[in-house]
Amino acid sequence: MSTLEIKDLHASVILDDESTKPILKGVDLTINSGEVHAIMGPNGSGKSTLASTIAGHPKYQVDSGSVTLDGQDVLAMSVDERARAGLFLAMQYPVEIPGVTTSNFLRSAKTAIDGEAPSLRTWTKDVRSAMDKLKIDNDMLQRNVNEGFSGGEKKRHEILQLEMLKPKIALLDETDSGLDVDALKIVSEGVNRALQEDNTGIMLITHYTRILRYITPQFVHVFSDGRVVDQGGSELADRLEDEGYDRYVRAAAK
Amino acid sequence: MSTTDQTARDTQDADEQVNGVPTGEDRVAIPGMSQEGETLQEGRNQAGEPEIRHTEHGDVSGVPDSSRAGRFTSYDVADFPPLSPKLEDWRFTPVKRLRGLDDAALQGPAPAVSVSGDDAVEVTSVGRDDSRVGSAGIPEDRVSANAWSAFREATVISIPRDAQVAEPVIVTFTGESEEPAAQHVVVDAGTNSKALVVLRHVGTAVLSQNVEFSVGDGANLTVVSLQEWTDDSVHASSQQAKLGRDATFKHVLVSLGGDLVRVTPSTRFTAPGGDVAMYGLTFVDDGQHLESRLFVDHSVPRCRSRVNYKSALQGENAHGVWVGDVLIRAEAEGTDTYELNRNLILNDGPRMDSVPNLEIETGLIAGAGHASTTGQLDDEHLYYLMSRGIPEDQARRLVVRGFLFEIIQQVGVEALEEQLRASLEDELARTEN
Repeated sequence: MSTLEIKDLHASVILDDESTKPILKGVDLTINSGEVHAIMGPNGSGKSTLASTIAGHPKYQVDSGSVTLDGQDVLAMSVDERARAGLFLAMQYPVEIPGVTTSNFLRSAKTAIDGEAPSLRTWTKDVRSAMDKLKIDNDMLQRNVNEGFSGGEKKRHEILQLEMLKPKIALLDETDSGLDVDALKIVSEGVNRALQEDNTGIMLITHYTRILRYITPQFVHVFSDGRVVDQGGSELADRLEDEGYDRYVRAAAK
Repeated sequence: MSTTDQTARDTQDADEQVNGVPTGEDRVAIPGMSQEGETLQEGRNQAGEPEIRHTEHGDVSGVPDSSRAGRFTSYDVADFPPLSPKLEDWRFTPVKRLRGLDDAALQGPAPAVSVSGDDAVEVTSVGRDDSRVGSAGIPEDRVSANAWSAFREATVISIPRDAQVAEPVIVTFTGESEEPAAQHVVVDAGTNSKALVVLRHVGTAVLSQNVEFSVGDGANLTVVSLQEWTDDSVHASSQQAKLGRDATFKHVLVSLGGDLVRVTPSTRFTAPGGDVAMYGLTFVDDGQHLESRLFVDHSVPRCRSRVNYKSALQGENAHGVWVGDVLIRAEAEGTDTYELNRNLILNDGPRMDSVPNLEIETGLIAGAGHASTTGQLDDEHLYYLMSRGIPEDQARRLVVRGFLFEIIQQVGVEALEEQLRASLEDELARTEN
């Protein structure tokens, strides 16, 4: 049983001219193993900033507040230490890394997370089996990381990593964007496997409700202007589908 | 990348424009169009045709030196002006460090040639009057012309017609003198032959070298030119290829060692269907000047060229230069070309000059583009790897090796690739440890 606890988190984005702009304005959120929390909200409300700040992206700085994983101070850790502590971020825009094969990358990541190289005998079999379930061609292993991948392939590759690295808490940043309905189902099944088999806690960031047809959240948090402005159970998502975000956007503008 | 990123991909369709000049179906040839909008009018006659200059030997030369890609050629040193940083061709080269290659008599001993490989390939030493000498190229600069004047015997590596040579031919040039020397090498790939030839330069030399590749109709030739000289060596190498109909030529340049190494590979097509891929990898350490200037001359229809050059640089006064000139002449309809240059600055101190030049004189091409980037390791690459638990130093190693090894993979000789990876590891150990 693991707990990610975010308390009164304030964070800013560091712009190209080194100036900063506050984005997160006091976020409180607690995610336990096996739970699915949907973070919903209009574009620009700070959802992705929340995920990137927790993962430690260098473009974001924490101004105040705390993030802990099972009591450990996440904000004091480097990016790689956060991952080794059990956090995982499925990126919205995974970058291409020339010259590094997916096979080499996956093995290096697994070795780093586990602290020892995976067993040669089972590793390849496990990877191939996970790829088959996600309907990823095996030749992806010989291709360079994300290089020339389609949008759908990049997202499936993120979920492949989620399944192979088995984090305690996973942050999925708009994993549903750019996917057609078939791909969305396949990706959702992967997330559900991580939930059931590894008891991973999930923070599911999304703009749209359609992924929630396949992944059922226990908690829905509505984000607006850098903070949680409403929360409830999965019925809140249904209401958002009908009404949209207008109510929250207008409230924030007042 | 953290500094510059200029990318262009111009695919030709009706009504398309290249740099603001219409290149659509009305078939406007654009005399003098270049990436900088320069004009080629100077040196052309009224019909817009290039004027042909004749040297005193009566040799016919090409387009005069009025644009970067249309270059003057001559066998005679005296036809070229003395080297000066004011000349476009030499603006980046530290001329004083050439140690006389541009005007000395070049009477030193040329590096010794040794060959290993398939018996089907004939390696001979011939006189200047052999018909294969001069078959693929006329000197394009003063240093090359100086070597042409000075060499006594040429090494000819001959791949017979129709021969399919399985084993790589490794030609090792071992330099043992700092006296300025000249050398001439011809690789003659017969019609429909297939072979891989490695030109490996080791030892100490002050050398101006002309290397000709004559690639026959339907032939498939891969050449790997390795410059692994000692740190005090100086090497200027003009490597000119001439491709026959449907010929395939792959040129892989790897420059690691030497005080000053300037390789100028050129490719010319003589008939349609030619395909050239030119790869380069230079690793520039403190104090080194490693320069690659390439030229692809699309003068006939329906040929294809791909260029991918990379450099890694580290240390004070490490200076890398890449100039990629691609010329698509008016008659070269259906040309498909793309050139790419990527440079990785590993620490403070190096300087990289990267200049892609694309000159397009016809709109009827399949595609033409170039891209050039120079910068430090990409933070986003490191972040992605680290976000998967990979420690920063290991993430750096993965990204740097990924960058460099992409070109090594093109060599195609496993034992040699292994040695080159080991050489790169030695180079990297200087900044990583």
